[in-house]
Amino acid sequence: MAITEKTPLELGPGDSARYAERPLGIFTRPQAGRGWRDWLSTVDHKRIGILYGASAMFFFLVGGVEALLIRLQLAAPEGSVLSADVYNQVYTMHGVTMVFLFIMPLAAAFANYFIPLQIGARDVAFPRLNALSYWIWLSGAIFLNTSWIVGGGGADCGWFCYSTNSGVAFSPSHGVDFYAIGLQILGIASLVSSVNLIVTCLNMRAPGMTLMRMPVLTWMLLITQFLLLFALPVITVALFLLMFDRLFDAQFFNPDAGADPLLWQHLFWIFGHPEVYIIILPAFGVVSEVIPTFSRKPLFGYEFMVFSGIAIGFMGWGVWAHHMFVSGMGPISVAAFSLSTMFIAVPTGVKVLNWLATMWGGKLKFTVAMKFAVATVAMFTIGGLSGVTHSVAPADTQQTDTYYIVAHFHYVIFGGGVLGLFAGLYFWWPKVWGHFLNERLGNWNFWIMLVGFNLTFGPMHILGLQGMSRRIDTYARGYGFEFWNMAATVGSFLIALSVLIFMWNVVKSKRDAPHLPPPGPDPWDGRTLEWSIPSPVPVHNFDTVPQVHGRDEWWHTKYAENDEGKVVRVATVEEAAQTGEATDVHLPSPSFWPLAVAVGLPLIGYGLIFNLWLALIGALLTIASLYSWALEPVDDPDAAHDHYDDDHNDDHDDEDHGGEDPDEADASADGADQ
Amino acid sequence: MSAEPLVADAGHDVADHGHDEHATTTGLSHTKLAMWVFLGSECLLFGGLISTYLLYKTRGNGRTLPTDVFDIPFTSVSSFVLLMSSLTMVLALSAVSRGEAEAGRTWLLATALLGGVFIGGQVYEFTSFVREGVAFTTNPASSAFFTLTGFHGVHVSLGIVMLMSLFVASVKGKLTQRNAETVEIVGLYWHFVDIVWIFIFTVIYLIPAD
Repeated sequence: MAITEKTPLELGPGDSARYAERPLGIFTRPQAGRGWRDWLSTVDHKRIGILYGASAMFFFLVGGVEALLIRLQLAAPEGSVLSADVYNQVYTMHGVTMVFLFIMPLAAAFANYFIPLQIGARDVAFPRLNALSYWIWLSGAIFLNTSWIVGGGGADCGWFCYSTNSGVAFSPSHGVDFYAIGLQILGIASLVSSVNLIVTCLNMRAPGMTLMRMPVLTWMLLITQFLLLFALPVITVALFLLMFDRLFDAQFFNPDAGADPLLWQHLFWIFGHPEVYIIILPAFGVVSEVIPTFSRKPLFGYEFMVFSGIAIGFMGWGVWAHHMFVSGMGPISVAAFSLSTMFIAVPTGVKVLNWLATMWGGKLKFTVAMKFAVATVAMFTIGGLSGVTHSVAPADTQQTDTYYIVAHFHYVIFGGGVLGLFAGLYFWWPKVWGHFLNERLGNWNFWIMLVGFNLTFGPMHILGLQGMSRRIDTYARGYGFEFWNMAATVGSFLIALSVLIFMWNVVKSKRDAPHLPPPGPDPWDGRTLEWSIPSPVPVHNFDTVPQVHGRDEWWHTKYAENDEGKVVRVATVEEAAQTGEATDVHLPSPSFWPLAVAVGLPLIGYGLIFNLWLALIGALLTIASLYSWALEPVDDPDAAHDHYDDDHNDDHDDEDHGGEDPDEADASADGADQ
Repeated sequence: MSAEPLVADAGHDVADHGHDEHATTTGLSHTKLAMWVFLGSECLLFGGLISTYLLYKTRGNGRTLPTDVFDIPFTSVSSFVLLMSSLTMVLALSAVSRGEAEAGRTWLLATALLGGVFIGGQVYEFTSFVREGVAFTTNPASSAFFTLTGFHGVHVSLGIVMLMSLFVASVKGKLTQRNAETVEIVGLYWHFVDIVWIFIFTVIYLIPAD
């Protein structure tokens, strides 16, 4: 993935002098510019979004290789590609990688890049905290994967790591320790990011951008951030208990001492089920932007879309125990969670119907992005329906721990989440990079992925109903599992091929870009504010902060009804779009401290596992970095992202300006979280 | 910390310019809203820990339970001390926002000291429990008790670090009337930690195990 940009990130005149070296701190306050160092200190939400996206795609490949290993092992009976022990590690790390290191950060890439653009803001509320989220996430991701090298193998307890399998007795390597600490580090990243983005959404909307005028992508991402905010502390508790058990001999999950292994299951799934919506809602948001654009109609039932998203967000908290129907928790609990699980299908169904109604009677244009979006709706519907079959507890009792479950959640997470985010990649690629992805390669990408996906996971429904258990490392001949397992393995390699085509598309479209006409600000005749500014987006986003008059503001800038009630074009893109030529916009200064703080955390992790002195060093580094960060001169982040600085003569009245001092609370919020 | 005056020194026009456009959509400052949002998350953290303790509080594995060794009068006193620190926190904010730096420092220090007394009480309590046979690894109930109260203690300690940071900033003249909101935000955190203790004290200490 190319992560360099041709255009230098320019600061306006005067800015460089103002942010020049400060005597405080070890590091000189870095200045925005080009080169790889600037990616280390950047606080630009767009660059951080790109970093998230590029890293997520890297871990997509890692998790993908793990998936292929699983499929190779299961391609034929009595497979011997992996030992049983390694197989356990590979499927565990496949799940953890795909959930925490691929889909979540890819969604975070969209959130970082597009929330400020869609609400008409210059950056997020706390640009340095934003950088901190990314670096902590990356350090956690690397930490987690180093368990292959220094931890005696990956975690081998499944991504949900049930007690007592997660105990030292059954999992003696350090894999589970890396899992427990690694996910805590990733959790800190997501928590910081969710606070930041919630404040951004609530507090930095352009004038006139009321909540019910926010684009649906922003809405779904906002709901996702709230789910993260409330779900993460719960798994943090669970992970702490697990870590205390394994490293410090606590008794939380020791049945011999009277502990209850179900405690882990409850805590995990109270996090884990909202997590499903954390994965799927961003894709819903993407689809809700792509389908109206290529149907040339406003989204059908905007209010229903928003409120069904909110309903999913609330109801997502009341269904967790449907993962535990066979745990023996009693008929009342089973009945209650059965019902709530059936109910949550309603707001989801509302969304599907609204997407269909949006397309109904529209002027459909099947670009690659649109194809991915429509496929998302179709595949997610299949996954959603098999999900409803799980809400029927007696049927679920049969299906639990079979490949039917594997089929279901891959239809939801891959068919819904991944296809949806790929729709977003094709849709917003020209906005981010200033050139299109190749549509011909994109079609190959799409069709091969769709066929491969269905060939991989469709047969798993059948395998599951035939009784094939999940998480077994091999199976004997003669159960009728051979054919469909081979089909699934072929399908998985088709998916891999489609991902390679995507990678090739990225390279080729960049190479071809100079010979093709640039996409301009608004290549798809879009509806939301990000299409009103140049592609790629200038570093300051908006020359002037837009005034919002209604939903789909940008569309209504271009089109209006004439006297006969017919919609006609009233302004060309060239007339209406911003030029990106403003030069005097304050920007937040880059900083190295978020990176320094993030480096300390995995050191603490290694220290807890191997040697507490190392933990002390890590803690000192983190604390020192936090203080250096707090003492780093604030260049008034608000001046940078909140207003367009067109008037330098106005320097009176500093009385009620005060109180904007993010750093103390930033430092304390981070500190409190550790 | 309150580095804003530094910026004002460096480039007066930067910090002071165009304040009216700093108006946020909700009217709350970003930082204060962020603290509220963060505290929402903290509720679930303590919710999980309290639930864990309630599940395990009678699971002694044949050994001494935390409830057997509670010293309610002692903990009542230290709880009272912690609650009083919320009062001094309010007085600190009031002093700083009126521009009375000296009084502000006094109350900040008093708040930190009261918090320190509470932490000292917790250290004493923990050591005496261990002497009476209730250690971290004794049984599920003791693991849950030490984890819950330990997490709370860490939160109070971090609050003390923040208060002392404010105190130092004030001594250096960086904590002025115009960034009184920083004190308010630290106060939000401090009051939250106090309120959590009210829950812990009531649910864990005062309701007897059956």
